[in-house]
This record gives sequence, C-alpha cells and structure tokens, in this order.
Amino acid sequence: MALIDTPNIPDPDGFYADLIAAHEGLEQAASHALNARLVLILANHIGDRTVLAEALELSKSA
Amino acid sequence: MVDVRYQTAFRLYPYERVAAQDRVQRHQVVIVGGGPIGMAMALDLGLKGIEAVVLDDHDGVGVGSRAICFAKRTLEIADRLGCADPMVEKGVVWNLGKVYREDRQIYDFNLQPEAGHKRPAFINLQQPYFEKFVVERIREARDDGAPIEIRGKNKVDNIASHDDHVVLEVDTPDGPYKLEADYVIACDGVRSPIREMLGLGFEGRVFQDNFLIADVIMDADEFPVERRFWFDPPFNPGQSVLLHKQPDNVWRIDFQLGWDIDREKELKEENVRARVDGMLGPDVEYQLEWTSIYTFQCCSMDEYRHGRVFFAGDSAHQVSPFGARGCNGGMQDVDNLGWKLAAVLNGEAGDRLLDTYHSERKHGADENILNSSRATDFLTPKSEVSRMFRDAVLDLAEKAPFARAHVNSGRLSVPCTYDGSALNGADDDTLPKSLRPGSPAVDAEVDGGWLIDRLGGRFQVLAINCLAPTVEGAEVIELDSHTAPDLAERYLGEAAQAIYLLRPDQHVAARWIYTKPAAITAALTTAMGG
Ligand SMILES: Cc1cc2nc3c(=O)[nH]c(=O)nc-3n(C[C@H](O)[C@H](O)[C@H](O)COP(=O)(O)OP(=O)(O)OC[C@H]3O[C@@H](n4cnc5c(N)ncnc54)[C@H](O)[C@@H]3O)c2cc1C
Repeated sequence: MALIDTPNIPDPDGFYADLIAAHEGLEQAASHALNARLVLILANHIGDRTVLAEALELSKSA
Repeated sequence: MVDVRYQTAFRLYPYERVAAQDRVQRHQVVIVGGGPIGMAMALDLGLKGIEAVVLDDHDGVGVGSRAICFAKRTLEIADRLGCADPMVEKGVVWNLGKVYREDRQIYDFNLQPEAGHKRPAFINLQQPYFEKFVVERIREARDDGAPIEIRGKNKVDNIASHDDHVVLEVDTPDGPYKLEADYVIACDGVRSPIREMLGLGFEGRVFQDNFLIADVIMDADEFPVERRFWFDPPFNPGQSVLLHKQPDNVWRIDFQLGWDIDREKELKEENVRARVDGMLGPDVEYQLEWTSIYTFQCCSMDEYRHGRVFFAGDSAHQVSPFGARGCNGGMQDVDNLGWKLAAVLNGEAGDRLLDTYHSERKHGADENILNSSRATDFLTPKSEVSRMFRDAVLDLAEKAPFARAHVNSGRLSVPCTYDGSALNGADDDTLPKSLRPGSPAVDAEVDGGWLIDRLGGRFQVLAINCLAPTVEGAEVIELDSHTAPDLAERYLGEAAQAIYLLRPDQHVAARWIYTKPAAITAALTTAMGG
C-alpha cells in the first residue's frame, strides 16, 4: 500500500484541534465548502493517483 | 417527397436529374449525407481513385454554424485532402482565454502555440465555411479525375443490406429510384435515418440542461480576439456563458439556461436581445445572425460496422460540444475508414481490416464521450456534492494555480492513440511514449518544410539518421535529425536513430531503433489486418 495509514502527523491532537477550529462559527454549507477546498488542496499536494485511489477506497470502506 | 428540413447557407449542389435514375447502377461506395463528414469521406475516397457518390436530401450547406472550433488534427487531415489552406486563411486563431466568476475575472491563460507545427492548435471557423471549402476541393479533385459525384435533393428512404452489396431507395424531385453499392457509409447525422431503418440503437446520456446559442455580428473593435468564459455572471445568474470569436465579425455566445425553460419564450428575439444586451452592455450595436437552443447528449452506437454499412460522424456517436469533439472526431473517422476501404476495394487487404474501423474509432469515440461528459458535469453539476466541489474549484482558482487545472469548460479535441489495436506492431518503448504505435504522427519542421506534408496517403517507412530498409508496399523517407531539433525530440528522445512504419492515415503502425526488412514486412501485414 502506497498510502500511509499509520500515524504520520507529529502532533495529532494539535492538528485535530486546528481542523475543528477552522470550522468554528461556520454554517453547515460553509463548513462543507471548506472541507471540499481542503480535500482539493491536499489531493493536489499528494499528487500521486495511486495514493489518492487508496485514500478514496479507505474513506469509502471506513 | 424531399422535404426541406432546414435553410441552406450556400446552395452548392442543386438537384440534377442523372441517368442512374432510369436504370439501376452499382457504385463502389455510396455515402448517405453530405454534411462535413460525408463530404470529407467522399473526398478522401475519390482522391484514392475510389468511386464515391454522395446523396444528400438538401442542395447545400445548412444555415447556422453549429461547429466553430476546428482542431489541429482536423486541419492536418484537411491538409492531406488539400483543403486546409482556405480554412486557415479564413479562420480566426486565438491564444488568450479569460475566466470570470460573477462580476470579476478570476484568471487568464495563454495557449502559446508550441513551435514546430505547420498548423495551429485550433481555429475558429463557421461550419458552413468548413463544408464549403471541402465541397470546393471536391470540385477541383473531380476536374482532375477523382470519381466523386454529389447528388443534391436525393433523400434515402430505404436500405437493404445483402451479402455482397447494398440497395438504396432514393427519393428525388423527379420521383424515386434505386441504386446499388458495394459499401454504404451512413454520414446522415445524429438522427441518422439509416440507423433507424436498420433498427439500430443509439444509447447514452442526456444532460439535463439547455444552451441558447447566439451568433451576433458586431463591429470589429468591440471585443479583443480572446475566449471568455463566465461562471454565474450578473447577466446570467447561476449559469455559465461563453464568448468566442469567429471570422466576419461574428461572435458566438453560449448561454447556459438550465433545465426547466420555455423554449419558445427564450428564442423570442426580444428575450435573446435582453440577454445579449446584459452581457455586452447597453451601448454596443450588434445584429443577431442565428439563434438556437440545444440540449446536449453523449450517445454512441454499439457497432460502427454492420456488414457492408458503416456509420461515421454524428450518426455513429454524439458528444456535447464542450471540447469541440463532434466534427473533429468525425474527421478522424474519415481518416481511419478511407484508406481501409480503399485497400479492401483494391484487393490489397482482406475484409478483416474493415472491422478495425469499428474497434479503433469506438475507442476514439469513447475517449471523446468521456471528455465531453466530464466537461458537461463540471458545467452542469449533477448533485449537490458535485456542485460543491465545482464551486470549491472556482473558489480556489483565483488564488491557487493548481485549481485552474480542474476548471473544465471543455478539453480541446486531440486525436486519440489506438492503444491495443490489432493493427499495432512492434514497439521500442525507449522511444518517446507520445509516438507509440497507434499514435498519430506529430509534425516537425524539417529541411525548411513540414514533416506532416510528407506523410500519409500510403504506408511509409520513416528512417531517421539511418538508411531505411526497402520493403514492398511502403515508400521510404530518410531524414537527418541533426538540423531538425523538433524531429529529434519528438521522434527519437534519447535514441540516436529510429525507424517508424506509418499508416496511410499518418498513425504509427510500428517502430524500432534497429530493424530488418522482414520485421517491417511483418508489421505491414499486421497493419493491413493480418
Ligand atoms: C451548437 C453546436 C456546436 C458545435 N460545435 C462544434 C465545434 O466547435 N467543433 C466540432 O468539431 N463540432 C462541433 N459540433 C458538432 C458538429 O456540428 C457535428 O459533429 C457535425 O455537424 C457532424 O457532421 P456529420 O456530417 O456527421 O452530420 P451532419 O452535419 O448532421 O450532416 C448530416 C447530413 O445528412 C443529411 N441527411 C440526413 N438524412 C438524410 C437522408 N435520409 N438522405 C440523404 N441525406 C440525409 C442531412 O441533410 C445533412 O446534410 C457542434 C454542434 C452543435 C449543435
């Protein structure tokens, strides 16, 4: 598997808190839109179709 | 009765009574439909010495442009047929595109043409001109002895396909007659009466959207020569708009309208004008040349060959116009079928070669349908989530260049590579991937001229930086890449030399770095259907 599915962020709790904070005060629709932008940005950063395909699979099966 | 279903822009082939109406005659190829594809098909066959009769139920080219964007590969095919020069002279070339959202520009792009190609990536030209230039070239070829005949106001009413020939029943202003053909090519457009008569299906997707297409004539300096695309502009809220320049000071405007509309109301001149005024501003003078409303779909037949009947162009496959793949795709059908049919009729190849028309062109059509469906899905998102991602792309496009790659208002038609085709032979994959077997040849500047002008019409062995082994059935071209950097880059990559076997449609059949005559002969046999 090319996708890293083991812990990879040095400060997982800190990132998680940032993620939630980014959504603070947003209406549901605005929150969804933010997530969509985030997905696109991260996907472009990864840039590897195999990794992206595995990520899509994992998210669907979870 | 031969009904008039549309007005003609150029009356090019008025009805004339012919002797064949009194006595059944047999022709090598009869083409049903004289649109761009039928006419180009006749020209290609006629130039190869094959007898081609075109039957069209009108006597000229229909009013209303439809296609305006003709891609480089189409121009190269037209070059091979000898009618690209007037198209390019008349056509408009644009490089600058601007994308707007609501009331502001979010980015622009410059499609700087890549150097070392005879033809531009595409031109804008009204479809009636395209057809007219093909028909004019047919006249010229006919004067030089090409056996092509065009019969206007000849409407095909019935078809009967037999093992060794096809019989057509044709209606004319002087009443019906019958004629026979070795092969029939149905180029009778998206509603293909031939397809109906044979009871064949045409499956696909209808996109739940309507587009108002308006061609307006404005004074030259009102707008620069560039393509503008708007998402959700104030003059068409919630929808998209496209503005494109054509020759003769004509501008094409596509207004997306949405699904639930009142067609008649939208087509009323005052309502069309209200939209155009909103877009151009109140002070711009213009004339409305042509308006129409379209619903787009992507459909294809399952098989493009049915015995002795072939389907080419819109009769075989339909795409939404985003990416301009309709006529451009159809021209590749012509390119593919012409040499195969000629080879079989001349007894040089067996019937099996004709099956590869379907397999190769279905592959091409699937690619075109895929691309045009994706563009349509971007413009008309099918679900809330799809719309959310579309809007997210637009949100980001203003700031982050990567997101612009996701903005899809059509991916310009490029010819497909016949990967996996039964006609493909040997490959040396250390040579550039873009010219692997199945790919169309790429142009390059050589000896002060263009490579593409020297290719096509027969099998050719192209030897670069080496001597070409002589084989029967192929012409030899030897080139030196040391003074031709594009040739070296596109055809050799890292290699010092290469030998390409090219088909009459300029597609690569096989390639090597070193090879022997026997290997080329074997590849030639494969490329002729085995
Ligand atoms: C709005 C719009 C924009 C487009 N833009 C582009 C573009 O930019 N680039 C591009 O490549 N494509 C574009 N297309 C697609 C393009 O117009 C078509 O792909 C093209 O016209 C197909 O050519 P054809 O010869 O297969 O069919 P047609 O042009 O439809 O010709 C069929 C012919 O057959 C004749 N016929 C029908 N029935 C019979 C019969 N029974 N007997 C005898 N004759 C018959 C008809 O009269 C007609 O002349 C666009 C289409 C639309 C609608």
